[in-house]
Amino acid sequence: MDLNDTPELAEYRTMVRSWLAEHKAQAPTMRAEDEGTDEHEHVARRRAWQRELAAGGLAAVTWPAEYGGQGLGPLHQVVVNQEIGRAGVPGIFDIIGVGMLGPTLIAHGSEEQKQRYLGSMLAADEVWCQLFSEPAAGSDLAGVQSRARQAQDGSWRLSGQKVWTTNAQHAAFGLLLARTDADVPKHKGLTMFVVPMDAPGVTIRPLRQISGEAHFNEVFFDDVALDPLSEVGAVNNGWAVGMTTLLFERVAIGLGGEGFGWRADRFAAALLADEAATRDPEVRHRYGEIAADFLALRFTGYRMLTTLQRGGIPGPEGALAKVTTIKAAIAAGELLVDVLGPDGLGDDLWGELVSDLPGLKSAGGTEEILRNMVGERVLGLPPEPRLDKGVPFSELRAKERASAAVTRPLAEADAGAPS
Amino acid sequence: MNFALTDEQEFLKEAARGALSRFKTVEAARETLDGGELPDLWPTAVEAGWPGLMVSEEHGGAGLHVMEGMLVFSELGRVLASVPLLGHAPASYLLDVAGAQDVLEALASGEQRAALVAAKPPSDVEPRWTVEARLGIERPEAPEVGEDGSVTGTVAWVPDAPGADLLVVVGADGRAALVRGTDAEVEPVTRYDATRSLGHVRFDSAAGTLLEPPEGAAAAAWYIAQALLAAESLGAVERALEVSVQYSKERFTFGRAIGSYQAVKHELVEMLRRSENARSLMYYTGWAGQDTPHEFPVAASAFRLTAGHALDHASRAQISVHGGIGATWEHDAPLYFRRAQLSRRLLGGTHGAADRVAGELLEAARTAA
Repeated sequence: MDLNDTPELAEYRTMVRSWLAEHKAQAPTMRAEDEGTDEHEHVARRRAWQRELAAGGLAAVTWPAEYGGQGLGPLHQVVVNQEIGRAGVPGIFDIIGVGMLGPTLIAHGSEEQKQRYLGSMLAADEVWCQLFSEPAAGSDLAGVQSRARQAQDGSWRLSGQKVWTTNAQHAAFGLLLARTDADVPKHKGLTMFVVPMDAPGVTIRPLRQISGEAHFNEVFFDDVALDPLSEVGAVNNGWAVGMTTLLFERVAIGLGGEGFGWRADRFAAALLADEAATRDPEVRHRYGEIAADFLALRFTGYRMLTTLQRGGIPGPEGALAKVTTIKAAIAAGELLVDVLGPDGLGDDLWGELVSDLPGLKSAGGTEEILRNMVGERVLGLPPEPRLDKGVPFSELRAKERASAAVTRPLAEADAGAPS
Repeated sequence: MNFALTDEQEFLKEAARGALSRFKTVEAARETLDGGELPDLWPTAVEAGWPGLMVSEEHGGAGLHVMEGMLVFSELGRVLASVPLLGHAPASYLLDVAGAQDVLEALASGEQRAALVAAKPPSDVEPRWTVEARLGIERPEAPEVGEDGSVTGTVAWVPDAPGADLLVVVGADGRAALVRGTDAEVEPVTRYDATRSLGHVRFDSAAGTLLEPPEGAAAAAWYIAQALLAAESLGAVERALEVSVQYSKERFTFGRAIGSYQAVKHELVEMLRRSENARSLMYYTGWAGQDTPHEFPVAASAFRLTAGHALDHASRAQISVHGGIGATWEHDAPLYFRRAQLSRRLLGGTHGAADRVAGELLEAARTAA
């Protein structure tokens, strides 16, 4: 067990720290402290700051140098994250683009695409969004119904609807998963596309949530024209491309909780608002449980980093870190607002935590689906019976309807304990 | 950064598993409840060098650390092996750092056996050193240790006290003393989990030698005991999960393996989730023990809490997954359940560890504010 920096990493840390000290004055405030300012103004400041960070080499630490990155490893990225946190400044604005979509383009995109998109993504001149989930395709992502049809000249027409899209209103481009062949089983007929968000036929609507804020959008595509060669990777190979994105997402979430500012020490500091509460046995007990979960997550992250550093790919058990993160964050929000009283529900930090978490529980795969995945891939348990294996996507609907029709009323069911 | 076990640590684990595989420890746990005898594993422990594992080399030990101790304990916990190390290991740690040379060699070699009569260190809300109560939740003050090393007081539920040659007592003001086992009254209590040797210990002006451990060492001994007990629980969780997964692939209902049902699958994944969290905290505890001692109390307490809950959950889930058979005397699941039920109530209890995590972090936040 060794969490100390190697001499090389220590030197890198010093460099990052002094860069941040020098440039800190130009950094915008965090969103919660920036309350009252116009959202677009705030985003403009965050983008300018990302440009600064990119120029300083702190934005795309793990990207190859030829695409504007530093060509460094995941540990360097962690050092940057830690030092940004320590300096109390925001990180990059386009986390989804730089953290997940850029690496996907690097892995699967054409050379032209890489040259065209990566530089401006890094500098936040063009923000990106991820267009995967749909109203009827979330955890079962391969069920996407957005349809792209190719014309003779190689161009495409795209129609459909996406949902849960962060930053769509700020984005120049989206990475979109669409069905291109409905006559093959569902995983096999998908293609990944680059979609310009200002194209005619694209409509973006904010999706308000429990807190009243809109952190996500719905995006509609009505016969949108896409240029030839808009596809990323081969036609009908979109599933593999999407898996790359989700792998980066898994790593981000696995290393994540504390990145969102959900930390045992911050919760402790918040509890000090009521000194009497810190001596209350019930508050202490609940807080102790929450803190232990967040500590476990921190060190699970280090275990995952060790795997990455050795050239391995973190396994699906990383999904369990997400389950623990959400469980512990829900408990933390509840506890803090219990201590603050009803007014706490309106609190920008803890009140919003309470309101946001029911939705976040399903983000990046519902808890139920993650548990299925871990049960099957890690513990080797037999899979759920499924109706869609090997069935062409176009016949799936009819099959689903037929299965619904044979569901009998409870009284007729024969599955029960012996009497 | 390297947050994984070293090759030597992996080897230590495998060697421990191999050594314990020669005994039918789980069967013995059941037979002992019916009046049988536990196999004597002390010679095996001595052969493997476990009694002196955490004792420094200059005092005849292996000079290893709490991480290695935890790895051995997780193997003991897997198979419910009864080896009186939960008392011995933290006691010999305290003697080692206090430089009690004259007794250490015999302890490190396993020729003699020690037990820690542990006291829970003060917290931000409890200014006293306290010990287990025989009955109820009010924790009494730790025994009084005099200037001359003599000890007066009573401590209940002391692991491995019966038969210990030496008792290392931590007293009311955190002062530590060494008392011969024969100079104390030890009432053995082996009940719900027959693999666990416990004793109520009474000192009546018992003659003792004052120990002079460095600042913080008496508290560290408490947290080492927490860490070892937690590691033992984690080992038991791992085994319960393996057995349950195996069964859920073999047992069919309504034409399907029961492991294919989400209700069962999700319960098994919950066992895994809890054990993975506990494992991360075990590594944290091992790392903090060596590199960041000021974090050792919070790390060991968080590990105790998480591993304790994991075993509570796993021991019940194992029974549920097996259905009715899992609750019968002929199955192993009840033995893991008994282990869980007793463990959660020892050494300050799982709930006490939660309070300690809170106390440590709240105090740190007060200092930072």
